[in-house]
Amino acid sequence: MSHAPPPPTSMGLDSRKMAFWAFIGSECLLFGSLISTYLIYKGRSLVGPYPHDVLNIPFTSFSTFDLLMSSLAMVLALAAVQRGDMRQGKLWLFVTALLGMVFLGGQVYEFSSFVHEGLGLTTNLFGSTFYVLTGTHGAHVTVGVIWLLTLWVQALRGKLGPQQAVTVEITGLYWHFVDVVWIVIFTLVYLIQ
Amino acid sequence: MKTWLTTTDHKRIGLLYFWTAFVFFLMGGLEALVIRAQLASPAGIGVSAEAYNQLFTMHGTTMVFLALMPLSAAFFNYIIPLQIGARDVAFPRLNAFSYWVFLLGGLFLNASFVAGPLFGAGTLSVAPDGGWFGYANLTSKQFSPGPNIDFWLLGLQILGIASLAAGFNFIVTILNLRAPGMKMMRLPVFSWMTLVTQFLVITAFPVITVALVLLMFDRFFGTHFFVPAGGGDPILWQHLFWLFGHPEVYILILPAMGIVSEVLPTFSRKPLFGYTVVVYSGVLIGFMGWGVWSHHMFAAGLGPIADSVFSATTMLIAIPTGVKIFNWIATMWGGQIRFTTAMLFAVGFIGMFIIGGLSGVTHASPPADLQQTDTYYVVAHIHYVLFGGTMLGLFAGMYYWWPKMTGRRLSEALGKWHFGLTFVGMNLAFFPMHLSGLLGMPRRIYTYPAELGVAQLNLVSTIGAMLIGVSVLVFMWNLWRTRTRGEAAGNDPWGGATLEWTIPSPPPPHNFDVIPTVASRLPRWTSTQLRAIPEGAEGKAAHIHVPGGSWWPMITAFGLPVMAVGAISHQLWLVFAGVAVAIVGIYRWAYEPFEV
Repeated sequence: MSHAPPPPTSMGLDSRKMAFWAFIGSECLLFGSLISTYLIYKGRSLVGPYPHDVLNIPFTSFSTFDLLMSSLAMVLALAAVQRGDMRQGKLWLFVTALLGMVFLGGQVYEFSSFVHEGLGLTTNLFGSTFYVLTGTHGAHVTVGVIWLLTLWVQALRGKLGPQQAVTVEITGLYWHFVDVVWIVIFTLVYLIQ
Repeated sequence: MKTWLTTTDHKRIGLLYFWTAFVFFLMGGLEALVIRAQLASPAGIGVSAEAYNQLFTMHGTTMVFLALMPLSAAFFNYIIPLQIGARDVAFPRLNAFSYWVFLLGGLFLNASFVAGPLFGAGTLSVAPDGGWFGYANLTSKQFSPGPNIDFWLLGLQILGIASLAAGFNFIVTILNLRAPGMKMMRLPVFSWMTLVTQFLVITAFPVITVALVLLMFDRFFGTHFFVPAGGGDPILWQHLFWLFGHPEVYILILPAMGIVSEVLPTFSRKPLFGYTVVVYSGVLIGFMGWGVWSHHMFAAGLGPIADSVFSATTMLIAIPTGVKIFNWIATMWGGQIRFTTAMLFAVGFIGMFIIGGLSGVTHASPPADLQQTDTYYVVAHIHYVLFGGTMLGLFAGMYYWWPKMTGRRLSEALGKWHFGLTFVGMNLAFFPMHLSGLLGMPRRIYTYPAELGVAQLNLVSTIGAMLIGVSVLVFMWNLWRTRTRGEAAGNDPWGGATLEWTIPSPPPPHNFDVIPTVASRLPRWTSTQLRAIPEGAEGKAAHIHVPGGSWWPMITAFGLPVMAVGAISHQLWLVFAGVAVAIVGIYRWAYEPFEV
């Protein structure tokens, strides 16, 4: 997060942004491997509970909607920072982080209710693949929330302005990516049982 | 001292990579020599089965992750910014972070050799013993209850982070920091192959990370990802490992191909034949490298359709590889060839890689492969490709770029002894393995019956391995005496075509006084302006801004082995302490004043 104007680059794209796109490409393979593992082991659990016993689609639909709305808030935050409206910028950065925390709260509730219904990490392959996949995603959301709150605090201290718009943009790239991954997980794990 | 700990200079980091990886190379080599001493006769010299398992596992793991990859990284670091006309890499502190993570990961892995007493193991060494590809079941808690496999899976996760960080860094460096006029199709081939390699790194390493994380859950938390008793499938490990493992093979060979593509034109006084085709072949190898992984698994019984498909893709990938070989030969054709040591190693690379490539094509046929799997034939193949290929290519690079990196030329006389001993030694060591393998000698056995009839072949292999050991001693002597007695190199000892030869050896901290403007693929051979720079004219300007050092990359990196030590000793507080160190490091890093 260097605050100097970036030097001119061969491709015309900010180097940090390019590195981040490469990082996202790499993350696709990470989640791809985890999702493949989930799909390969689908229906191969030796004992219950099975997906249809525990998955609560209406509840998770709400979480999904919440995360989608956080992406909208992220867009508004970036737009505000870019035009130098730090009042709005601060607001939407906080709202994005808040919606992320709501999602995480939902995940904590979901995990604990599953455990209550008898699905632990080691109960069966469904439990193992489900917790590792969604847990990895949840860890990514956690990192995103901390990152957003960091930017928000920087903004409160007056250290975040339009000059740092690229930083906010990169945070946004990360946040949208984590959101898109959730859409895939929600579709493959919850909707297509 | 402090300036080396905090350095963000790509040249210093390159040297750190070189020396660290070279020490690991010596350790891996010593492990190999003990293995060969044990196999010289059917009954061996008394290495126990347990120690033998640790030796071959650590030999493979060390050579792949701690020697060959980081030796390539030494050249990425030192040479790429010079070749593309940049003052440093895109993210100098991330570069330092990669190095420290690599060093600490390597130390963590090797600490297993002496960590036994800490785990009450009854032996000094608790080194990994599941083979370098750690097949499932061998690595399960049930069959490997000690900390050995934990060292392996945690160490490789740490090393993966180093590779990934370097991958992002070099992709951006090569794409974004090129000098004016250096279009992608004017990029030196070594830089091109590095770019392809880094794309393979950032796509392949996440896959093995997932495999290692799943294994970690199996071992630490009792899940059943690879445990059949809980419904898990050991074959999934093989798929995940080789999905990473085959691109990894190209991660190991493409940089060496890049080096050879620089050395051959320089010492033939001819441009590389078919530059465009060589570049596109490299890119094609990068893509196709993702579609061949199951040829490592023909013996697992995947069925005729999978076997046929992977057999076909494996044969196909030989085409772009063969194209490159013909281009290298055509580059030498009709050239004014100078057989310097670097050139000898480069030509040796071509010959040895052809042999390794041909035995590789024989693995592509499933019926033949069933005969070869887990025999010394496969061991012969991997050593022709990774020693005869990658290592000879890296030696070529060492002789070629050592003058640039230190200002002094390595001795050509000692260099030729080094080459001769290496060449004879490796063929004596590895060629007989084809035969012992086809005669039925399995890999990874610590003794074998004399009736098998492979004792003499094994003795020859052992003699060859000792010769390689002697050749490395000659090389070390060469490195040592060059410090004081090496011939001064000047800017350009070889008449090279690329930008690194326009500046002094070793280069000043800022590399270029004036960033050159490039008008062709061979700037030094075609531009009178770049050719005519007088010796010593560069490097006088002191006002050019160079990024200062930083402690935070090293401190952040330090958090990772702390986490790993916490995990392996099941001390949760230590894991959190490691996380805390890393978080503090990241925040200080992000908000310290640092201008690139």
